[in-house]
Amino acid sequence: MSEQLTGAQALLRALELEGVEIAFGVPGGAVLPLYDPLLDSSIRHVLARHEQGAGHMASGYAHASGRVGVTIATSGPGATNLVTPLADAYADSIPVVAITGQVASTSIGYDAFQEAHTWGITAPCTKHNYLVTDVNDIPNVVREAFHLAATGRPGPVLVDIPKNILAATMTWQGQGTIDLPGYKPRGEGHHKQISAAIKLLLASERPVFYAGGGLVRAEAAEEALTFARAANLPVVTTLMARGVIPDSYEKHLGMPGMHGTYAATMSMQRSDLLVTIGARFDDRVTGKVAAFAPDAKVIHVDIDPAEIGKVRNAEVPIVGHAKAVLKQLIAELEKQLDGDPAPDYQPWIDTVLGWRDDNPLTYDQRPEGPILQQYFIDELSRYMGDNAIVVAGVGQHQMWTSQFWKFERPNTWVNSGGLGTMGYAVPAAVGAQAAMPETTVWAIDGDGCFQMTSQELITAAIEGFPVKIAIMNNGALGMVKQWQSLFYNGRLSGVDLSGGIPDFVMLAEAMGCVGMRVDNPADVPAIIEKAMSVTDRPVVIEVVCDPDEMVFPMVPAGGSNDDVVLNKQGLK
Amino acid sequence: MNHLISVLVENKPGVLARVATMFARRGFNIHSLTVGPTAEEGMSRMTVVAETPEVEQITKQLYKLVHTVKVTEFEPGQAVVRELMLVKVNADPKRRSEVLNAASVFDATAVDIGSSSLTFQVAGTPESLADFLEMMRPYGVSALVKSGRIALAKNSKTKAAAGT
Ligand SMILES: Cc1ncc(C[n+]2csc(CCOP(=O)(O)OP(=O)(O)O)c2C)c(N)n1
Ligand SMILES: [Mg+2]
Repeated sequence: MSEQLTGAQALLRALELEGVEIAFGVPGGAVLPLYDPLLDSSIRHVLARHEQGAGHMASGYAHASGRVGVTIATSGPGATNLVTPLADAYADSIPVVAITGQVASTSIGYDAFQEAHTWGITAPCTKHNYLVTDVNDIPNVVREAFHLAATGRPGPVLVDIPKNILAATMTWQGQGTIDLPGYKPRGEGHHKQISAAIKLLLASERPVFYAGGGLVRAEAAEEALTFARAANLPVVTTLMARGVIPDSYEKHLGMPGMHGTYAATMSMQRSDLLVTIGARFDDRVTGKVAAFAPDAKVIHVDIDPAEIGKVRNAEVPIVGHAKAVLKQLIAELEKQLDGDPAPDYQPWIDTVLGWRDDNPLTYDQRPEGPILQQYFIDELSRYMGDNAIVVAGVGQHQMWTSQFWKFERPNTWVNSGGLGTMGYAVPAAVGAQAAMPETTVWAIDGDGCFQMTSQELITAAIEGFPVKIAIMNNGALGMVKQWQSLFYNGRLSGVDLSGGIPDFVMLAEAMGCVGMRVDNPADVPAIIEKAMSVTDRPVVIEVVCDPDEMVFPMVPAGGSNDDVVLNKQGLK
Repeated sequence: MNHLISVLVENKPGVLARVATMFARRGFNIHSLTVGPTAEEGMSRMTVVAETPEVEQITKQLYKLVHTVKVTEFEPGQAVVRELMLVKVNADPKRRSEVLNAASVFDATAVDIGSSSLTFQVAGTPESLADFLEMMRPYGVSALVKSGRIALAKNSKTKAAAGT
């Protein structure tokens, strides 16, 4: 047991003991002592082309698998390049552990070469972070970092280790221990609150199950569906929760909010009880808070007490793990029903299903083109069934993917919801593919987003991750263009990407991928077929799209959800 | 409005920065902040007086910090609150005894005597410190420093902030 190891060896041993199989990173001076023993470790290292890519890969890996994603960077610029993916993972509660090298502890504070105050820079965008100053602390710090990343409300944790600490020797005493007296995430909810919640539910007339991304993180999909069925609840799933309740669930109303379906947004708006689990009343869901769901009482289940009452007061707050609380709610419902059938919530259910049937998401694809993104996504979703993981960038294409993809399972939808990080899709798709080698991973990306991190396709090609990327080329930073068109009198400023540069097909080929282009709606099914036939390399399809199409429904920013605009004609 | 928040934290590097950042992030001004050891090994208590429009959210977010063990907001009357102050008062030899006389009404101790000034140490409630200053102003206060408030719950009348 009492083996002599370097700090770097101890770090790798500790990571292996956490079950880490793969790490995404870029080396540099401060992590040289780590990259040497990495050659002898069972951990596979994937060399990203940029640390931002490495960080999003770790997050895509975690998104798709539920396991902790690991990323490695050197000091200074390596660490600062990780800031965006850390902030992204923090906003979406994604479990990631970042290991960064630091200049020697004796040089910290001397403005040494490639010194950055990584701890200070990353403290506000991580759940927790460490600066290791004693080699003997490494096993405990790694243990704690993984525990913190994966439990409670998950999130990114950064471990900054000076080069001399990585090189120092220590006596390995076994896996570290966790000593965090201030960190005690709740499991079950308080039984009195559970009983109050069900009482309120049974007394309500217009309930809506407001399902959030916390359900995905809590691996509570099965319980969520069981509860929805048992209680006869209509369901809305937020952007982060798409797939956690299958879209095929008979009372699924879709995604609520700014670009949500009419039925989802309006059902919340007219509800008298929001059964909120793992959701956080984000401004993209509520619109103008003062006008949001004015008649609704709120049951709010969250593992993070700071979310409860933050935006909207909760009549029944329940702090607990969504999976455990749902089990309690299911049991309590059965108990209070005492053999009676659950309320049928008529005429409410008929009303909301009527809204759904009368206001479906639609698009008008003209046979002569141009291709509408909605049409391409719809076709691709139909082709893939529920046998794919779909990743998105940020913008119009993301909203259309969330709207038109048919989600049936959790962890099949990977996107940057909270931070809205352009450039997320390509590296996140690589990470998702690394986690799920047997599953087809599609990224629906924007032409703008793609140009932010496209170089990670080189990583994908070289490391053998055959992801499929569909670039929705509308020749614009489309979402910004939409806002300028609608709210700035059509004065387009800084949003033009048209002109055919770069040539996406050539670019894809140059990066070791198969490049294709489609611009005729009739060719869409064939190009999907063709892309699916490539299995040994990444594929990039440039989908030449309508440059002027806009995302609807839309609640103008800061507006009330009562004023949802259904289509272009609905605009004043 | 000023709130008095007592935060029990693990005594770890960076914990002060984390707590301070919680206030800074939202642009809340910290009026005073003290940190020191507690009866319990490895724990520190921070007493923060800060101007916050609402206090519930900030206490919950303080709880979220991994090294935070307990957060208590003291409403007026719920805690024993004390502060220490050093004040340098102008006092040439002619007025020295007058100043000393005035100071003796308070629990003030002269801790340094210069040719033209006296330095007092005053410990007490924030109100009594303010009264002392009021009394000394006419003589001329040339410097002062305060320790920041410290507070301990009276009996068991406090309510721990939500989130335990
Ligand atoms: C890193 C970053 N910079 C800027 C933005 C602001 N922004 C949001 S959507 C968008 C346009 C995205 O363009 P594109 O990828 O082409 O997607 P589209 O909306 O055209 O589908 C921009 C610039 C952002 N979300 N992230
Ligand atoms: Mg675009």
